[in-house]
Amino acid sequence: MFYRENGQFKTSYPEDQQIFPIAQDRVFVVLLLLVAFAAVPFFASDYMFRAILIPFVIMAMAALGVNILVGYCGQISLGSGAFMAVGAYGAYNFFARVPDMPLLPALLLGGLCATAFGVLFGLPSLRVRGLYLAVATLAAQFFADWMFLRVKWFTLDTPSGSVSVSNLQVFGLPLDSDVSKYLFCLTLLVLIALLAKNLVRGAIGREWMAIRDMDVAAAVIGIRPMYAKLSAFAVSSFIIGVAGALWAFIYLGSWEPGAFSVDQSFRLLFMVIIGGLGSIMGGFLGAAFIVVLPIFLNQFLPMLAGLAGIEISTAVVSHTELMIFGALIVWFLIVEPHGLAKLWSIGKQKMRVWPFPY
Amino acid sequence: MAFFLETLLGGLMAGMLYSLVALGFVLIYKASGVFNFAQGAMVLFAALAMARFAEWLPQLTGLTQPVLVNLIAFVLAGGVMFMVAWLIERLVLRRLVNQEGTTLLMATLGIAYFLEGLGQTIFGNDIYKIDIGMPKDPVMAFDTIFPGGLLINQEDLIAALIAALLVALLSVFFQKTATGRALRAVADDHQAAQSIGIPLNRIWVIVWCVAGVVALVAGMIWGSKLGVQFSLATVALRALPVVILGGLTSVPGAIIGGLIIGVGEKLSEVFLGPYVGGGIEIWFAYVLALLFLLVRPQGLFGEKIIDRV
Amino acid sequence: MKTFKLVLPALLAAFALSAATTVLAQSKEQFVPVLSYRTGPYAPNGTQWANGFVDYLKLVNTKGGINNVKISFEECETGYDTARSVECYERLKSKNPSFVQPLSTGATFAITEKAPVDKIPVVTVGYGRSESADGAVFKWNFPIAGTYWVAADTILQAIAKKEGGWDKLKGKKIGLVYHDSPFGKEPIPLLQERSRNHGFELQLLPVTAPGVEQKATWLQVRQARPDYVVLWGWGVMNSTAIKEAQATGYPREKMYGVWWAGAEPDVKDVADGAKGYNAVTIQHGAEPNSDIVKNLLAQVHSKGQGTGPKEEVGQVLYLRGVMSAMIGIEGIRAAQERFGKGKVMTGEQVRWGLENLNLTQAKLDALGFKGVMRPISTSCMDHMGAAWTRIHTWNGKAWEFTSDWMQADEQILKPLVKTTADKYATEKKLVRRTGQDCQS
Repeated sequence: MFYRENGQFKTSYPEDQQIFPIAQDRVFVVLLLLVAFAAVPFFASDYMFRAILIPFVIMAMAALGVNILVGYCGQISLGSGAFMAVGAYGAYNFFARVPDMPLLPALLLGGLCATAFGVLFGLPSLRVRGLYLAVATLAAQFFADWMFLRVKWFTLDTPSGSVSVSNLQVFGLPLDSDVSKYLFCLTLLVLIALLAKNLVRGAIGREWMAIRDMDVAAAVIGIRPMYAKLSAFAVSSFIIGVAGALWAFIYLGSWEPGAFSVDQSFRLLFMVIIGGLGSIMGGFLGAAFIVVLPIFLNQFLPMLAGLAGIEISTAVVSHTELMIFGALIVWFLIVEPHGLAKLWSIGKQKMRVWPFPY
Repeated sequence: MAFFLETLLGGLMAGMLYSLVALGFVLIYKASGVFNFAQGAMVLFAALAMARFAEWLPQLTGLTQPVLVNLIAFVLAGGVMFMVAWLIERLVLRRLVNQEGTTLLMATLGIAYFLEGLGQTIFGNDIYKIDIGMPKDPVMAFDTIFPGGLLINQEDLIAALIAALLVALLSVFFQKTATGRALRAVADDHQAAQSIGIPLNRIWVIVWCVAGVVALVAGMIWGSKLGVQFSLATVALRALPVVILGGLTSVPGAIIGGLIIGVGEKLSEVFLGPYVGGGIEIWFAYVLALLFLLVRPQGLFGEKIIDRV
Repeated sequence: MKTFKLVLPALLAAFALSAATTVLAQSKEQFVPVLSYRTGPYAPNGTQWANGFVDYLKLVNTKGGINNVKISFEECETGYDTARSVECYERLKSKNPSFVQPLSTGATFAITEKAPVDKIPVVTVGYGRSESADGAVFKWNFPIAGTYWVAADTILQAIAKKEGGWDKLKGKKIGLVYHDSPFGKEPIPLLQERSRNHGFELQLLPVTAPGVEQKATWLQVRQARPDYVVLWGWGVMNSTAIKEAQATGYPREKMYGVWWAGAEPDVKDVADGAKGYNAVTIQHGAEPNSDIVKNLLAQVHSKGQGTGPKEEVGQVLYLRGVMSAMIGIEGIRAAQERFGKGKVMTGEQVRWGLENLNLTQAKLDALGFKGVMRPISTSCMDHMGAAWTRIHTWNGKAWEFTSDWMQADEQILKPLVKTTADKYATEKKLVRRTGQDCQS
């Protein structure tokens, strides 16, 4: 009853083809954007920004990219960490080497570097499929790990291999407060989410989904697998690269190649699978889950132990976190294998027919 | 020339050690179609169990004879792995029947995290020792042919022999026993096996148990070499190229793949490494596996992928 | 599904509860954050350090704190991961920390960027950026008692002494087996400088973190047959390296490790196989008979307050944790001398204290470090304060000192520190501090 589409008629093609055809959806999204842009900066503490909101926004962008590759095009990739690294170091090199390089073009150029890298390491997808491809993408991951440690040129010949950026500003406004960093990342996220949503709604998105469902059949009806798969890699790596550059510049500030290790790749894959494969919203939900969960466990477990009167060491908390994380993932997959996005759409469906059960 | 042979031998033996871990992957994938990302965590868990039991037994029972203590610790750890296998089948696999590959993959990743956390909670996260009496000093052989002799690492040699023995035992198990036949039937076609009355759930428990024992042997050998500690779980990442090179469904593939990857890794690191600054082992193994895959997309001995459109 | 309906709201409620947890009210206690790692591949070493650190804080509290200001501390698990260390730092920042000791060179690089803005001094006893010894550029970094360049230099001095003089090093080969990370790469500039000056060949052999597989590295060592091997590892990499050295027959007497590669967890599993392995120490070694160890056992462990097992009190890494904590506490005490005894010090005030640290031998003896440490005296220009080291060797059962006290060669060290610090200053557009600024 709350979500009824009754009475919402469309009288023109643009109206029919809009991203949110249902008025309730539009209202919800506008409210969400208002809250995210206007309300959150007033109410959130410094710690909330630095530990939860900014990582969430950046990881949501990365999860979007991974979802395009894994969820929409069906190519399981474990090399996302490497794409983030290439984006970060690419952006860093443009930023540091070119005098007076503005931030935004540096980030986008970093994304383009990641695109080139992604297309190169996406070439095996033309021949190799499924789990074999997943393991083959690990080659990209470990190669990038090695490349940024060994090739001094990428880290501007610093002896330690650690690089840092400072004095960031965009359009003359300095990005030194948490609020400004948050708003900058959020703006980029909204733009990229818009881009991604329109891509997957269009012809190219349908090509990707056809390749995912049955790539031989797709080839038979005339979809060129090379073009579809490589474009998926390209778009996905661009988004992941920009996210990686943001992660390095804005969240870490100073980083070494170990910041983009294989653990990061697994984290991104978790986000996408828990959030829901093949859905833009799934990226957001999964990112929120994976970013917030460790912090929540970190605070909640000692509190729980305190209530029970036991003092536990940080090692035990860490191990219990791991156990709960693993158990939650398994439980989640048993309960809803299609992820949080499916739960969301079930919720919407329930609201549509409420008060009837179905 | 001598040095090249030393590197080659070192590579072959390292390869056998990788294939020990890869065997676990192959066994589970063959019989239940699940790519078990938790294999590394299982190796760690099994090794921790054995190391700690070997440490606690003398304190609790007063036995000090090393062979006996190690044997009992091995058996106890094996029992623990059986329990783990049974629990995994009961709590996870049974509820995820018929789900897609990616879902099962993620579930095994979740199990991996859980086992890592559980193992370290129960057994601790220090470095523990597994002492099965392996000789630690090298042996210089063939010193009449090569001046100074050829370096042979005795521990690796014995480990390679144990691996070969394990593979032989597994082959006998699969070929000669009734359970082995049932396992092969399930690997071939789940539905057909079910239709002739093979209990799928029990078979999966058995397979995971066997994989658990393989993980225990691998953990014992790697633990004896490196010491048992959290980073033992990362050995699985080194064994992945072996699995995909040999083919996900082939036991001889795991061995041959292991030998190729081991040799490739060591030769590349020692002879190519100095030109590019070193540290190339890990990605070279993956790139090597990738190159093989481009020629044979299903791995050297894997089942040909047939698409029905 | 019924349980699902109940569990989900309960989880959400719990989450909301924990998210609403507010910051502790400011109490009359000096807060010390403890960034430690008790899990992960570096846990065996990190745990000992953390135990020593926390035990010393407890010891200070048994004596009533610093001029009756008690110490409150909170541990945060970082797993040696830079991002997690930064998250721990951000979380504990709100409690007005006196200083932060990240125990990870990677995290030090990241926190160095944030500390000046947050006004929290970064104390890195025996690690971190070697060039941060230059206090004129690095106002907030304190690599007290030694940096990696000090370690590398004194290792070379020990090797030169063994050979019979620096001139005897000409034509020799020294291999560096190092952890492929900012930590492992730190000594390379100094080693390369020395190799240019004295004519020995330096062979660089990186080991990919965490260093579990080193067969190929040590086969290369076997082929190259360097005269000495310097081991620059941490955690599991160290014991693996010594085991591989044994397996390829490289004499352990010719191996010299950095002070993070010369502790009990690295050698006790190898026992006799590591006999003869040398390591440089940052002033202290394994000191089971020192006064501070006796104090800790009596005041903390015998009262059941010990953080770790009693057996590790007096071991190398435990003592390093104790020393690191002591240096931080003395910095707070020095700050109280100027800004008010018995008051809680802010980060800025502690920074001044750390910059004007004057630990005479008398003071050190009184604290229980007689025979363990030598005087440390920091200043505005010099944030290191001392560069004393010794070499100790594993005899199969314990570490014993096999050299006299050595000091790093200032003639080589100072110019290198200055040039590297200048490079950082130009990159970050910082101005060198002068006399005026040094008084604050």
